[in-house]
Amino acid sequence: MRRFFLIAIPYAWLTLLFLVPFFIVLKIALSDYALSIPPYTPKLDIGGSWMALKDFFAALDFENFVFLTTDDLYWKAYLSSLKIATISTLLTLAVGYPIAYAMAQAPDEWRPTLMMLIILPFWTSFLIRVYAWMGILSKEGFLNQFLLWTGIISEPLTIINTNTAVYIGIVYTYLPFMILPIYAALEKLDASLLEAAEDLGCSRFQAFWLVTIPLSKNGIIAGSFLVFIPALGEFVIPSLLGGSKTLMIGKILWEEFFSNRDWPVASAVAVVLLLILIIPIVLFQRNQQKQAEAEQ
Amino acid sequence: MAETVFAPWDDSNAKPLIQFKNVTKRFGEFTAIDDLSIDIFEQEFFALLGPSGCGKTTLMRLLAGFETPTSGEILLAGENIVPVPPNKRAVNMMFQSYALFPHLDITENIAFGLKRDKMPKPDIDARVEEMLALTRLTQFARRKPHQISGGQRQRVALARSLAKAPKLLLLDEPLGALDKKLRQDTQFELMDIQEKTGTTFVIVTHDQEEAMTVASRVAVMDEGRIVQVATPDAIYETPNSIYVADFIGDVNIFEGHASAAADGYDIAWGEGQKPLHAKTSVENLDGKQCYLAIRPEKVSISAQKPENVGNAVLGKIHDIAYLGNISTYYVGLPDGKIVKAQTANTRRISRRSFTWEDDVWLSWTDTAGVVLGR
Amino acid sequence: MRRFSWFNATSLTLGFAFLYVPMIILIIYSFNASKLVTVWAGFSTKWYGELMQNEAFLDAAWVTIKVAVISSSIATVLGTMAAIVLVRAGRFHGRTLFSGMIYAPLVMPEVITGLSLLLLFIGIGMDRGIVTITLAHATFSMCYVSVVVSSRLISFDRSLEEAALDLGCSQFEAFRLVTLPIIAPAVISGWLLAFTLSLDDLVIASFTSGPSATTLPIKIYSAVRLGVSPEINALSTIMIAIVTFGVITASLVSKRNAVNRQREEQAAARMT
Repeated sequence: MRRFFLIAIPYAWLTLLFLVPFFIVLKIALSDYALSIPPYTPKLDIGGSWMALKDFFAALDFENFVFLTTDDLYWKAYLSSLKIATISTLLTLAVGYPIAYAMAQAPDEWRPTLMMLIILPFWTSFLIRVYAWMGILSKEGFLNQFLLWTGIISEPLTIINTNTAVYIGIVYTYLPFMILPIYAALEKLDASLLEAAEDLGCSRFQAFWLVTIPLSKNGIIAGSFLVFIPALGEFVIPSLLGGSKTLMIGKILWEEFFSNRDWPVASAVAVVLLLILIIPIVLFQRNQQKQAEAEQ
Repeated sequence: MAETVFAPWDDSNAKPLIQFKNVTKRFGEFTAIDDLSIDIFEQEFFALLGPSGCGKTTLMRLLAGFETPTSGEILLAGENIVPVPPNKRAVNMMFQSYALFPHLDITENIAFGLKRDKMPKPDIDARVEEMLALTRLTQFARRKPHQISGGQRQRVALARSLAKAPKLLLLDEPLGALDKKLRQDTQFELMDIQEKTGTTFVIVTHDQEEAMTVASRVAVMDEGRIVQVATPDAIYETPNSIYVADFIGDVNIFEGHASAAADGYDIAWGEGQKPLHAKTSVENLDGKQCYLAIRPEKVSISAQKPENVGNAVLGKIHDIAYLGNISTYYVGLPDGKIVKAQTANTRRISRRSFTWEDDVWLSWTDTAGVVLGR
Repeated sequence: MRRFSWFNATSLTLGFAFLYVPMIILIIYSFNASKLVTVWAGFSTKWYGELMQNEAFLDAAWVTIKVAVISSSIATVLGTMAAIVLVRAGRFHGRTLFSGMIYAPLVMPEVITGLSLLLLFIGIGMDRGIVTITLAHATFSMCYVSVVVSSRLISFDRSLEEAALDLGCSQFEAFRLVTLPIIAPAVISGWLLAFTLSLDDLVIASFTSGPSATTLPIKIYSAVRLGVSPEINALSTIMIAIVTFGVITASLVSKRNAVNRQREEQAAARMT
């Protein structure tokens, strides 16, 4: 009896507040736009008769999805999201790997402190961390002032409201997600493996390339997914640091919903975004499972 | 008047405390306990001995109530306890990992079970005091489990499981985590406590020495069955199968063909070898395949062929293992078989009588070996 | 052991500079006397004073804290239950769907979670406000809590619970008296994580809030969309200070506990 409640309570909660809403999104994505509140038809009356239900299904169509294919704004936004997420994942890896590597090489007594310094930004507000860059990257911002002062540039650079600013923002906010799994993999690495590689004739660089990198592969994969997946649906960063030309699907969805109030299209965008995300999520899940099995 | 020997298993009037009646336990396809029946008597120190995977731990978990048999009955003092959940059984268990509650101190750990019984506070305090004294832990009463040594933790686990004065105490590899020296001391302590409290102990172990030291009776298990139940000396001197003979201690086994002879059998075993003679009361082996098991310490080694000895074979010394108190000679027979012979090193400085490649005679009496059908 | 090379030292220095310089600049400029964020005009704490006068911010902060405390408490209870189900309940009908529903929200883009919850609340005619935000936050953070708690439960020694049963506990008592106190640190971290996630959340709160309730992130977002302001800098500084204090305290306490424990264990090992 107790077991039943133990399972039933969280189950019911998640069904009601996660699964059901998701089907509502699906349903609205298949509905027509209407000038009313809520702005879509048909609405499903729970108490409806069989005929009403039939009418309801008859009124559903793929119009909104067709619309997404006809307006190239959506195509471009999807592609551009994929591009931005991919590039920023690679950049995060390039920035994060040396840091994780250095942490794993650091003396034992430093490690807890270094670890805390990596985790600390994770606990501070995401919004504030993105906001911090607004002041740095703006035309009169700290970065331009600094570069002008050093004489590297004579004209202020335009960084804010460009894709570059979005890359910087994503790398900055998601860096801990990349560092932590790589560090975890590198920390487990036995230093005598590298000595063995060198003993067998590898140069230091070869030993790094042939031993360290393959053995940290799982960390690299996990970290990359942890950056790529949220970056794909990111809203705050493109909205604050990107410009009007920055197309990201999270931003389009937000605007479709709040500015255009076209709920059916917003829902259709959400459904397609989810479909795109399923591939990396499933790959990530597989990778984690494989790793868990390997450790057993 | 001579003290009566504690042997309720020989007394047909004695009532067993625990009875397993045709108990079978399957996990899916795997049969952990196979149609097993056994009686355990009050105040016994009963050891379940066997290699890992033989079902001894399952047997113990059936007693504790963590597993339910697939079929069969388990009786405690004549009452079927299969439907009784673990928290309602008058049985307590000492876990292999000790399972001390890390968030409670030693006193609280020992009092844990008593509190569940809603015992009045002064009684709990008195009982905890008593248990602390019994296990010599009084000075550590307020420490947490991580603040004491491994041996002390073992004693806390024992005190905790004894505190409720169970009818039966189960000990799952209780000394497995201790180093060898400490283990030996603790074995005697365990026997002492068992005697003082008069509790029935059932111990699970894979260490035969430990089982032989502590137990009043040992059950040797293999693949979910009990192969033999007997007192330690009976298990050692009169094993009922090659499995038991081989599992307990060291043994030489001659395989051969039995033919009835005076008081026993002649065993034809090797090409061109004189048959071995063994006295035994085992019947029905005439004309059959049989085995002769002889412990190495019962085999004598000499340079000349000894007179008036039942059996003697000639061989060449293959290897010598000096173990301090004893030496074991590995003697190769003409057919390639290696026979072990042990001698006690009773003198400190003595020239070794034999060396590698010496031809020696191995001999033993007619009663030294055990004739086994399987 | 290898020497800590100049390359590693450089990576660490540059890496941590990248992580911390933006925040340090933000903090410095919160003490700027000028309204222009990029021009230093001397030290001043006037923006903190103004922040304290700003009713809208204070209200939003109060709403945010209320939502965070309630939602993370609900999430901790539900998430711990879910973790027990995941690790302990064995097979039951719909287990795959259950674990799917636990893990999916972790990777779901916030815009989708927010949108879907909003559509639900409208669909069932629920007025949007503190209640809806709290429900939304409890839902996604319970998944984080259950991940944290279940990873602790997996490594939990089952024989401790068996020992409790053996000593006369019922299943529920064994959980309350033995399991819960031992996994308590994980449950507390789960609560803290849920609390922070709720404090932080902009997107889901924007979807599920109504005119009656505005949280601090929503307020900050609408302010910073218009550009950088020293008042927001001051607010950010306060938030960063609180988090830093919390994280440093927590790590010092846990380090001290670890050191003490190690010392006690060594002392125990020396005893016989």
